[in-house]
Amino acid sequence: MTLLTAPRPDTLRTEELLVNMGPQHPSTHGVLRLVVRTDGEIVREAWPQIGFLHRCFEKVAESVTYAQVTPYCDRMDYLASMNNGLAWCLAVERLGGIEVPERAAYLRVMMAELNRIASHLLAFGTYALDLGAFTPFLYGFRERELILSIFEKISGGRLLYHYPRLGGVARDLTPELAGEIRAFIAQMRRAWPEYNELLSENQIFIKRTANVGVIPAAMAVAYGLTGPCLRGSGVKFDLRRAKPYSLYERFDFDIPVGEGIKGEVGDCWDRYWVRMREIIESLRIIEQALDGLPEGEIQTKVSRTLKLPAGEVYVPCENPRGESGYYLISDGKTSPLRVKARGPSFNNLSITHALVRDVLIADVVAIVGSIDIVLGEVDR
Amino acid sequence: MTPQEIHARLTERFGDAIGPWTEPERGDPHIAVAPGSLHAVCAFLRDDPELKFDYLQLISGVDWTDRLSSVYHLMSLSHGHGVVLRVDLERGNPRVASVADLWPTADWHEREAWDLLGIVYEGHPGLRRILLPEDWEGHPLRKDYAAPAAYHGVTNA
Repeated sequence: MTLLTAPRPDTLRTEELLVNMGPQHPSTHGVLRLVVRTDGEIVREAWPQIGFLHRCFEKVAESVTYAQVTPYCDRMDYLASMNNGLAWCLAVERLGGIEVPERAAYLRVMMAELNRIASHLLAFGTYALDLGAFTPFLYGFRERELILSIFEKISGGRLLYHYPRLGGVARDLTPELAGEIRAFIAQMRRAWPEYNELLSENQIFIKRTANVGVIPAAMAVAYGLTGPCLRGSGVKFDLRRAKPYSLYERFDFDIPVGEGIKGEVGDCWDRYWVRMREIIESLRIIEQALDGLPEGEIQTKVSRTLKLPAGEVYVPCENPRGESGYYLISDGKTSPLRVKARGPSFNNLSITHALVRDVLIADVVAIVGSIDIVLGEVDR
Repeated sequence: MTPQEIHARLTERFGDAIGPWTEPERGDPHIAVAPGSLHAVCAFLRDDPELKFDYLQLISGVDWTDRLSSVYHLMSLSHGHGVVLRVDLERGNPRVASVADLWPTADWHEREAWDLLGIVYEGHPGLRRILLPEDWEGHPLRKDYAAPAAYHGVTNA
């Protein structure tokens, strides 16, 4: 007698399945939908579907004043609000010929670097979470909280700050707050080795990330990858060094790149490790900014109904996730003729289809997590 | 190389397809390229060893009300120089060659310019909407775009 449940070779068949991951999947970091073609546990192809968070930023920007665009920019990469606001202000200031006081430029650098650390700490925590480790998330949030507290004191906000303003910054740094930033630097330096013990050197984590999702350098450049995704592939390109803005040329820092320590150059672990090392470099920059902070004004007078001369400008900035910038065209009125936002996540995500080929479903999570996207600037 | 030197190189090679050099009072200069020559110009910029534009930063569509433009910000990671190309297109029939075969990153940027401004990139591997739903009507970043009164029963009030 044959068992009903026993497989019969003549009826056994396999089939490829199209499956949706997201837009509510916990590993897709916001509303990203991945359509994957699976063959058992293997993903043959993956297509990212975006746009769920489209808020018509570029259209809105055409009908408001230059100063009113600034808070919208905070909402692009909402985990790097300080950096986004800076990129927008720099574009307007360059086209308008607006001088920014040195003290304001230093404060902008200080806050941008603090935000980079906060963003990388969140990336550290959520990446571990994606791969099934819960504890690192709590560690990351412990130090991130100190930064948010500093931001709250200087800007009033914990997520969106509207701190860089056209021609300067919103508020000055008090001596008490400077002390708090120094205390944070010391605490972060103490905690950093803990992070590595917990996750970077964790054998399970290394097995999940080393040699997974390898992006060769040429491929990274061709797909317009920037930030840790590009540097993880061994390309030493950082806009703070290549095209310095906001006085970055005065600061001394290293540019970490992927070296293939645990596997091949450009794998998920390399991208992760670049972020971890950037935390240390950002601490160095903040320390130099505190030591060299010039006295003086923090704001140049800028008209509320600023009119920019006709022309166009694009100022790329190094955000935590890569090149962020606003291509701004003015026709001499009080509103821009056109604003095009270039967010690094949009470009970094576009490599997904080429990268995710014949990999395990679990590796899709490891790969997409290692790209560290924020959908706010993908969908705009 | 400065943008002006790059402009001289391009004029020498492509002649009338390249617009005259103008230095703006403020902001960034750009190089105007005839739509028919865009692909050849881009291929030259990418492959010439002295130019070597390996990195396409972004493509932006622009509506000037009398015409549309497709703007290309290019950078060379090895030489550290950059350039901005602009192609002016007829508003009624905006067509230009896709550069997605030269820089794969152009794929999504061109889909976005199609989606929001209705610029057709010929030879693109799959020119379809990217940010808006497939059944959306019109191209919202056109200056004369009127938002629909409702979308699938959701009113716009």
